[in-house]
Amino acid sequence: MPGSRVLAFGGYQPDKVVTNDDLANIVETNDEWIRSRVGIASRRVAAEDETVADMAEAAGAKALAASGLEPPAIDLVIVATCSPRVPLPNVAATVAYRLGIVAPGAYDLNAACAGFCYAMATASDAVRAGSARNVLVIGAEKMTDWLDWTDRSTCIIFADGAGAAVVGPVPDGEPSGIGPVVWGSAGDLADKITIREDNRAIRQDGQAVFRWATTALHPVALEACARAGVSPADLTAFIPHQANLRIIEAIARKLGIPRERVADDIVHAGNTSSASIPLALSRMAEQGRLEPGTPALLIGFGAGLSYAAQVITVP
Amino acid sequence: MTDQEILAGLAEIIDEVAGVPADEVTPDKNFVDDLDIDSLSMVEIAVAAQDKFGVEIPDEQLKDLKTVQDVVNFVSKNS
Repeated sequence: MPGSRVLAFGGYQPDKVVTNDDLANIVETNDEWIRSRVGIASRRVAAEDETVADMAEAAGAKALAASGLEPPAIDLVIVATCSPRVPLPNVAATVAYRLGIVAPGAYDLNAACAGFCYAMATASDAVRAGSARNVLVIGAEKMTDWLDWTDRSTCIIFADGAGAAVVGPVPDGEPSGIGPVVWGSAGDLADKITIREDNRAIRQDGQAVFRWATTALHPVALEACARAGVSPADLTAFIPHQANLRIIEAIARKLGIPRERVADDIVHAGNTSSASIPLALSRMAEQGRLEPGTPALLIGFGAGLSYAAQVITVP
Repeated sequence: MTDQEILAGLAEIIDEVAGVPADEVTPDKNFVDDLDIDSLSMVEIAVAAQDKFGVEIPDEQLKDLKTVQDVVNFVSKNS
């Protein structure tokens, strides 16, 4: 079976910056508390009329341009998202059309904050199985549409943005650049992160999620490394879902990955759910923190609860 | 396991999780007021305590454990 690889990344953030002090004007909180508990200094919030599709399009366009591929070379578009205002039409077909990708397979995928890693895995499988040549994978979220701005346990965390990757085949004989996915779910904990029917706002049992994330995920990360034949010490970058800096640091500590190799995009991006991993990757690439040709570990986790991890070769 | 051994083990955990030097972890210390340990660090301490002592400290119990001695007692009683 031919291998697959990531060709390029792209990220997009809305213009509006919301600081912790801004939030302290709305709810009872403060900059020190937010920084120490979740590690966020500021986040981006989309304009009222800016949609998930708009952000997905912007990130997708950047990844496509960076890949060097023309739109017709893409024949599958997957958008990982859990936050469109309406369930129909899906985001993927609209984004594909706007980017000039003619009649590709197009679907949305909801694995919440784990969505990007799920989409990456299915894109890789599609390339390897021959059901697609090149795939545009996007994580895009407008989480602020689903917030109760009087709930200080959630409105300080979530934010908006999009990130994208282009996945394609590796040349014959070369090893695959996307390792086997290790994924799973814990439906018994489904009630820990929900959108309530009454006010349509995200509610989260932060302590329970923190406990789960700091105990259940590092074994998943280790298994993804093992299945890719990579030791955690060989990883040049670790990009976990940007849920909470304390969770990120706890997992990194358990894996023995030094801090300078760990994505900390949450500090200025907030928690953008399925967009956080590709956004963080794009930023690390811009900052020169990624070494092409070396292994990087991704792990997404969140509502469901669901999770997925894989090792990729940095493009 | 003696209370002294539990205390020593707990001090190691607290040093690792929260960076509090082991000699500051004495039985009468309150986690929040004296050691500046917040609720998330308490969860990490509970998880590490489970690994070390084989005693599960559920979230509902955790909020009642205010001092170092409270945790030592809980571990001692449930191990």
